Amino acid sequence: MEQNQSNLRRVAIDPVTRVEGHGKVTLLLDEANHVREARFHIVEFRGFEKFIQGRPYWEVPYFVQRLCGICPVSHHLAAAKAVDQLVGVYDLTPTTEKLRKLLHFGQTLQSHALHFFHLSSPDLLFGFGSNLEHRNIVGVIEDFPDLALKGVRLRKYGQQVIEVIAGKRVHGAATVPGGMNKSLTIEERDRLLGDIDDVLGWAADAVALNEKIHMEHPENHGFGRLISNYLSMVGTNGELELYHGGLRASRPDGGNIFDQFDYRGYYNIIREEVRSWSYMKFPYLTELGRDNGWYRVGPLARINNCDFISTPLAESARQRFKAFAGGGFVHDTLAYHWARMIEVLHCAEAIQELLLDPDILGTDLITKGEKQEEGIGVIEAPRGTLFHHYKVNEDGTIKKANLIVSTTSNNQAMNESVRSVANEYLDGNEITEGLLNHLEVAIRAYDPCLSCATHALGKMPLVVELLAPDGRMVDRVAKGSNGSITRTL
Amino acid sequence: MREVFTVSKVRVATTSLAGCFGCHMSFLDMDERIVGLLEHVEFSRSPINDIKHCDPCDIGLVEGALCNADNVHVLKEFRENCKILIAVGACAINGGVPAMRNHFTLQECLEEAFLDMIGVDNPHIPNDVEIPLLLSKVHPLHEVVKVDYYLPGCPPSADAFVKVLTDLLEGKEPSLPKSMLHYD
Ligand code: SF4
Repeated sequence: MEQNQSNLRRVAIDPVTRVEGHGKVTLLLDEANHVREARFHIVEFRGFEKFIQGRPYWEVPYFVQRLCGICPVSHHLAAAKAVDQLVGVYDLTPTTEKLRKLLHFGQTLQSHALHFFHLSSPDLLFGFGSNLEHRNIVGVIEDFPDLALKGVRLRKYGQQVIEVIAGKRVHGAATVPGGMNKSLTIEERDRLLGDIDDVLGWAADAVALNEKIHMEHPENHGFGRLISNYLSMVGTNGELELYHGGLRASRPDGGNIFDQFDYRGYYNIIREEVRSWSYMKFPYLTELGRDNGWYRVGPLARINNCDFISTPLAESARQRFKAFAGGGFVHDTLAYHWARMIEVLHCAEAIQELLLDPDILGTDLITKGEKQEEGIGVIEAPRGTLFHHYKVNEDGTIKKANLIVSTTSNNQAMNESVRSVANEYLDGNEITEGLLNHLEVAIRAYDPCLSCATHALGKMPLVVELLAPDGRMVDRVAKGSNGSITRTL
Repeated sequence: MREVFTVSKVRVATTSLAGCFGCHMSFLDMDERIVGLLEHVEFSRSPINDIKHCDPCDIGLVEGALCNADNVHVLKEFRENCKILIAVGACAINGGVPAMRNHFTLQECLEEAFLDMIGVDNPHIPNDVEIPLLLSKVHPLHEVVKVDYYLPGCPPSADAFVKVLTDLLEGKEPSLPKSMLHYD
């Protein structure tokens, strides 16, 4: 890496790959050449909250899926829960509730499998600085064909669950206000049950692999590590809950900030700060304030926050996770992957339970109620707590919409992790493609879905920039498709 | 337009502009068939690898509409480098959901999100030099570059991707049977 006269450097990664979305990173160096500021900018904007206005409320669960093709079901269900309230339904039939859960577990299973096997496993299997040409799912298929195929099939199963319930793997049609539009047939159930033992085995293997990787690389435990607050839903007994529950926020030492908070009052506990350099806002817990109130969501938050998991295999995996941290919270950013696979195992177990539950074949699907003006839905999407909030006019058209998506909640944390990795790995080093990938590895751990976050997905230029303290651009280096670093300023 | 590929492997690039990634997900929904495809295809720039720029390729698959200056830049790079450019999905073909903002001014959309939203702290519209220029309207691909084929659907099914790629690999004019031709 060359240096200019004032010893200030600028590095660009453009685009960041194996994440979804569009953004860039700027690093600000001080005179001593240490990273003083690291910013993860989100550069896309879609305008969903505005253009939804004037549309009929029942369209919403179908629109919002198009915000994100990776977790469309999460948006579909969060919006459906809000729409249930708009039509005055607070209790769904047992069959509807269980079909929706089944759909959601299928979604979480496929999204987690996609993220680990297709996007992140190459870093963990080959090393963060390994050969760029090989560091991808094609490389994994070549070197570890059995593992790659298990991953592909695990994701496929999740997609099949979705397809059976929603008619289509991506952007299917499943919910109606107060219910579901189709029951599950015995044949469909039996087809899904036919593969579940394999799926349970693959999921258990995925947990074991992640445990092994985490244990065998103690040098990575501090990688992008943050001592943070955590937010997630938990069930009424404190169990891991992906579909419906109360909100629990914890301090880094595990102490509660609040617990069993009703999500319909989310605007009392979360505010979102706008910063001039990103279209993604910065949420924080109102009680702790702007500077200290940021928190992490997603698998790491959920596994840390919950008191237990209701399914046995995932619970024993959780206990090993806890034991690793001596009973406290795990703050290692790369432990997101491990926690994610514990959830995959939980999803597989929960799918099996639901398929064996006689209610799942029921045909009583719709509940009716009195129209209301406001509806708020929540769900634990694969990437974390997701809020959908709608107000309607008398004619049933949308007057106001607000979404707090999971990736937005991790915004400050991703910034902090990028800063930590930049400080540790880029300071005073010769910049190589491999080192730059370290920044991407830190961001990837959060499985950011920047399309969700900006309500716009784009393929992703992440640019890392080093600027002079006065904001002047002092150097420009781009990463070529062959991994070469070229200076363009 | 028809190309007969003589090289051992056909080079394919994919990107997502202002799209939801659902078209890419559907592409991956070919599941195990991806292993067979890899015997004939190698990937240039794609969200699933770390190749950052589109280099000369046989086929470019583009998901999503044009929302900002960056999207336009990436699309032009694809067009220059790809012998065949395919607009994939509703957003790329006619703007799709992103183009719903065309019913409002960009300013209205920004004000709603950053000034008038519930729970917003420090309300202002992000304006840093680091943020690329948003286009005042969202555009489909063919308004900016020449598009060779359109693969409809939101998203197109995995079978449709396989059919189109197989046709092209065999040097045939791609065509979809009615069962794979849908727009939802
Ligand atoms: S066409 Fe549909 S699936 Fe494809 S990017 Fe657009 S919204 Fe997503």
